[in-house]
Amino acid sequence: MGSSIAAEGLSVHPTRKPTRGNHMWSGAMRVVQAYGILLGLIALLFVVFAPFVIIAINAVKTPTDLAANGPLSLPQNPTLDNMVAFWNAVDFGGALRNSFVISLSVAILATILSLLNAFALGIGRVRGAVWFLVFFMLANILPNEAIVYPLYYMAKFAGLYNTQLSVVIIFTVIQSAFGTYFIASVMRAFPREILDAARVDGCGKVQLLVRVVVPIMRPSLGVLMVFAFIWTWNEFYLPLVFLVSNAQYTVPLAVAATQGEHMMNESQVAASALLGVLPCVVFFVLFQRTLTRGITLGSYR
Amino acid sequence: MSRRSSLHGGYAIFLLPGLLAFLVVIVGPFLATVAISFTKWNGVQPPKWIGPSNYVTLLSDPYFLASFQNTFVLLLAMVVIPTILGLLLAGLLYSFVAPKFGPKTASFFRAGFYLPQVMPVAVAGVVWGWILTPDGALNSILQTAGLGVLAQNWLGNPDLALFSVMGMMVWFQIGFPLVIFFTAFQRMDQTLTEAAALDGASGWQTFIHVTVHQIRPEIFVVVLMTTIATFKVFAQVFVLTRGGPGTATYVPSYYTYLNFFQKDLVGLGSAVATIVTVVVLIVAVVFINFQARRDLAEEL
Repeated sequence: MGSSIAAEGLSVHPTRKPTRGNHMWSGAMRVVQAYGILLGLIALLFVVFAPFVIIAINAVKTPTDLAANGPLSLPQNPTLDNMVAFWNAVDFGGALRNSFVISLSVAILATILSLLNAFALGIGRVRGAVWFLVFFMLANILPNEAIVYPLYYMAKFAGLYNTQLSVVIIFTVIQSAFGTYFIASVMRAFPREILDAARVDGCGKVQLLVRVVVPIMRPSLGVLMVFAFIWTWNEFYLPLVFLVSNAQYTVPLAVAATQGEHMMNESQVAASALLGVLPCVVFFVLFQRTLTRGITLGSYR
Repeated sequence: MSRRSSLHGGYAIFLLPGLLAFLVVIVGPFLATVAISFTKWNGVQPPKWIGPSNYVTLLSDPYFLASFQNTFVLLLAMVVIPTILGLLLAGLLYSFVAPKFGPKTASFFRAGFYLPQVMPVAVAGVVWGWILTPDGALNSILQTAGLGVLAQNWLGNPDLALFSVMGMMVWFQIGFPLVIFFTAFQRMDQTLTEAAALDGASGWQTFIHVTVHQIRPEIFVVVLMTTIATFKVFAQVFVLTRGGPGTATYVPSYYTYLNFFQKDLVGLGSAVATIVTVVVLIVAVVFINFQARRDLAEEL
C-alpha cells in the first residue's frame, strides 16, 4: 500500500498528471499522504538506529541497574566503568592502533598496486587486457576459505604468522583485485587527446603515469582508498586466522573476543559493542559523501 | 596493431608486480587448496593422496548438507529482501521525498539506512547478540508492548536461530542496494517516466515498467554481488551462534574454518572450500553471460 503511494510521486512533475475528481480534496489527501509516508520512513529509520541506541544506553549502565531495570530503561547513574574495564581487558587502544596501521597500509599499497595494474590495462591496453580484468574480477570474488589454509601454511613457514605484515600483504592483493577493476573502468574514459599530447611531448611512461594520469585520476584513487580502508578495517575471517595473540588483535577481533568467554558481564559486552561501533561512526561522518554516493562497483557500461 | 591504440606497447611491465602478487597470494593458494582437497591431511604429517573420497564423504555429511541448505535460505535475507526493499526505499526517497521535502532530507534518510554498512559485521553481530539474548532488549520490548507471549530464545531455539540471524542480515544489508539504486535513479532518463505519467500510467505501473526497467544493470550488479556475499557469510555466524544450535546456522565458511583450524581435517575443509568456490564462480559466470546475452538481444 505504502509503496503504491510512493510511486505516485515518480513523475518529477506530479501536477502535470491528469487529475480526476475534486482538486482541493485530492490536494489535501496528497499532503496527508506525504506526511504519512515521511512518518513511516522516520519510523523505519528509528528501527535501523534502535540497536545502536540500545547498545549505547546499556554501555553506560551499571550491571546492578541493568539487572534491576532491564535493557530498555535509561541509565540511572551513567558510568564509563564498563568501557574502561573492556578497554583494559583487551588493550583496546592497541587494537585501534593495529586496525589503523593495517587498514591504512592496505589502503595505500592496494591503491598503488591497482593503479599500476589499471595503467597497463586501461591506458596501455596491453594484449588480452579484457582477460586480465576478468581474472582480477574472479580473484575478487574468491571466498576466503579457498586460499586461507595454504596462506596460513606459507605464513608459518615464512615466519609471518601472527604478524600484521601477513594480513597487510594478503589484503593488499585482495583489495587491489577490486581496485584494478574499478580504476581500469574509470580509465577507459580517460581523454585520449591528453595521452597523445603527452606522447608528442616525448613523455616517458613513468612520467605519464605520475605527472598526467595520477593528477587526473585523483578523485577515483581517493574513493578507492576510502573503500579499501573501511573494508580492511571491517574484515574478520583472515585476521581471525592470522592474528592470534591479544597484542595483534584488530578492533573486530577484540570486540568478538568477548563473545562466549564469560570473562565479561552483560554491561561490559554492550560497552565493547559500543566501542566497536564508534570508530566506524567517525569514518562514516568523515566519508559520508564518498560512501553513500554508491560507486556502481563494476557496472561497467 | 595500431587499432589497439596502445602507446607503442611496453606497458606490460606495469602489470608485473600485480600479477606476481596475485600468483603468490591468490592463484597459487587456490590451486593448492584444490590439490589438498584430494588428500587426507592434518596439517602436520605429510598429506596422503586419497582421490575424491573427501567429496564422497561430503555427499552424506550432515554438517556440509546443512551448511548449503542454510545458505540457500540465507539468500532470502542477503539478496531477495534487501534488493526489493532497497528498490522500494530508493524509489520513495528519490521520487517522493526528494521532490517534496528537498534533496537534503532524502540524503539524510539514505545516509541513515546506510549506516550499518560501515560497521564490521562482527561488531554488528555482537550488537545483535546482545539484543537477542533471552533476557535481552528484544524480549523486553515485546513484554513492554504486552506481547510477552512472543518472547523467544531467539538464538537458542534451533527452529528460530537461522531466522534471527537473517533479521540481522536484512538490517545490515539494506543500505547497499539502496545507495546503488538511488545513484542509478539519478542517472535515469526522466523523459520516459514523464511520458508514462502523461499517458496515464499509474505511479506503480510507471515504477515497475519504466523505472525498474531502466536500472536493470544496477539491479543485476546488486543481485550478483549479494549472492556471492551470501556464500561468504562467516562473521555473523561465528559471533552470533557458532553454527548452532546443532547445525541450525551452519554455513560453508564456518564449516571450513572448523575443519581447518579446530578439527585438523584440512583435506575435508579444502573439499568444502573448493565446492563453494566452484559454486560462486558458476554463479558469477552464469550471471554475466545472462546479462551479456540480454544486452546483445537489446541491441539487435
